Amino acid sequence: MSIDKDTIKHVSHLARIELQPEELEKLSGQLHDILGFIDKISVLNIENVAPASHILPISNVLREDKPQSSLSTEKVLANAPSKKGSYFSVPKIIE
Amino acid sequence: MELNKLTAHQLLDQLASKKTTPEAIEESLHAQIKKTEQKVRAYVRSDEIKKITKYNPAGQLQGLPITIKDNICTQGAKTECCSKILTDFCPPYDATVISKLKAAGAEIFSLKANMDEFAFGSSTENSYYGPSANPWNLECVPGGSSGGSAAAVASDEAIWALGSDTGGSIRQPAAFCGVVGLKPTYGRVSRFGLIAFASSLDQIGPITKDVEDAAILSKIISGYDPCDSTSVNVAVADYTKSLTKDIKGLKIGIPKEYFVQGLDPEVKTIIEEAIQKLQSLGATSKSVSLPHTEYAVPVYYIIATAEASSNLARFDGVQYGYRAKSENLMQMYKLTRAQGFGDEAKRRILLGTFALSHGYYDAYYLRALKVRTLIKQDFEQVFKDFDCIVSPVSPTPAFKMGERTADPLKMYLSDIYTISVNLAGIPAISIPCGFTKKGLPVGLQIMAKHFDEEMIFRVAHTFEQNTEWHKVKPKL
Repeated sequence: MSIDKDTIKHVSHLARIELQPEELEKLSGQLHDILGFIDKISVLNIENVAPASHILPISNVLREDKPQSSLSTEKVLANAPSKKGSYFSVPKIIE
Repeated sequence: MELNKLTAHQLLDQLASKKTTPEAIEESLHAQIKKTEQKVRAYVRSDEIKKITKYNPAGQLQGLPITIKDNICTQGAKTECCSKILTDFCPPYDATVISKLKAAGAEIFSLKANMDEFAFGSSTENSYYGPSANPWNLECVPGGSSGGSAAAVASDEAIWALGSDTGGSIRQPAAFCGVVGLKPTYGRVSRFGLIAFASSLDQIGPITKDVEDAAILSKIISGYDPCDSTSVNVAVADYTKSLTKDIKGLKIGIPKEYFVQGLDPEVKTIIEEAIQKLQSLGATSKSVSLPHTEYAVPVYYIIATAEASSNLARFDGVQYGYRAKSENLMQMYKLTRAQGFGDEAKRRILLGTFALSHGYYDAYYLRALKVRTLIKQDFEQVFKDFDCIVSPVSPTPAFKMGERTADPLKMYLSDIYTISVNLAGIPAISIPCGFTKKGLPVGLQIMAKHFDEEMIFRVAHTFEQNTEWHKVKPKL
């Protein structure tokens, strides 16, 4: 499986990472090599194998729907790069 | 011997008989750091070193300091995963392992241990703060991603430490630095407060000077946690009771797929001698097969990167850490992440995003999950007839800094012996078992079935107490 520059550009948009042209160039080569190596697993017969979605046999781990105390607004905002009142402040979202 | 050169259990005895105090121990650590930290660089943000004065006096650990890896949340103390994107992040809560340690009377050391950014790496060269050095040879890497923790323990800049292991990140640096490192069974130790890399693979574990210390620490940090829905409600044994020094009659499996080309001949000889030692102590060993071994690294680099891409989506400049200057929201996301993440982080996020994206999910991620089942079954099959599996930890001893940074794939391939363990979810330890002619440590890996840490401690302790490797210290 190959990965061309357009695919990498698309993937970097999905991942919300802006790539410089030199980065794109370098990554293109590296990702191509890595994917080539990863392709090894395509030869295996996995027809009747269940995916290991979870490594331990536990499922549906729930707790009772009882309200519990959580972090205060003050604590939550303490690391905010930018805040206003009790909100995180970000660049305009709606045009 | 200076206090900082002793093991935790030796210091706990001294504390109990009032021969020393936590303040004196911390003082000796600070003195060691003054002497050697400039060369070793085990810690980050070192200017923030300070005396800790708070600990639970009723706890069994009696104020003994412990060093914590920079990806484990410590309330009120910076936790940055050695990444620019988490600059100055101060967690508003303690990780569960930290709460447990504090309740047990530990003193959380004021400095955090260096690591590869977000645990992405096998050498600590991917740290935003630069690499740590291997105390046995300062031109070599200490391993990674818990390289700082391992280097601190090996250089006596820490009494003991916590690391995290997703593909070998405790065991490999422990092997490279000649110390003990354990990855517990998946679900044994709570991941609440461990900044996630790959949620189905990550585990926190001890890095210590000897097996007894690892047993003590494991008992304290293990256990079910309602805050971690992947933690398992299985009773935690008193692992110190497994230190029986008796392995007579135990059956050890030696995986033939691990002894192939690529394994350094010196390492191979040292491991074979270690196996002979185990036999001389009463165990029997036989060759076994883990047929899907060659698929472990590719499977890991699909699953781990896919999970990482999801876990790292939260680092977007909104709530914490670094935020780039931008004109709109999309630009804020893209520039924050472009400027905040290092190269390896970007590489893995992109790989993971690709593996999960429309059109590729079945061929990559889903297929990798199925091969993971096959890998897990390989181990379950062997453990039907064998008590433990023994192998090298790394195909080579510690490599020189810069040797593998140009070729990511070469770096990934050095994880070959540790990675299957995380994929299968089983526990494994690395213990010192010799040195190369150039004086670099070699680690022996002992694996056991799920929740059988007792077997690991029993075998590891018996080997250790019948050899002298754990007593050798680097000349710094």
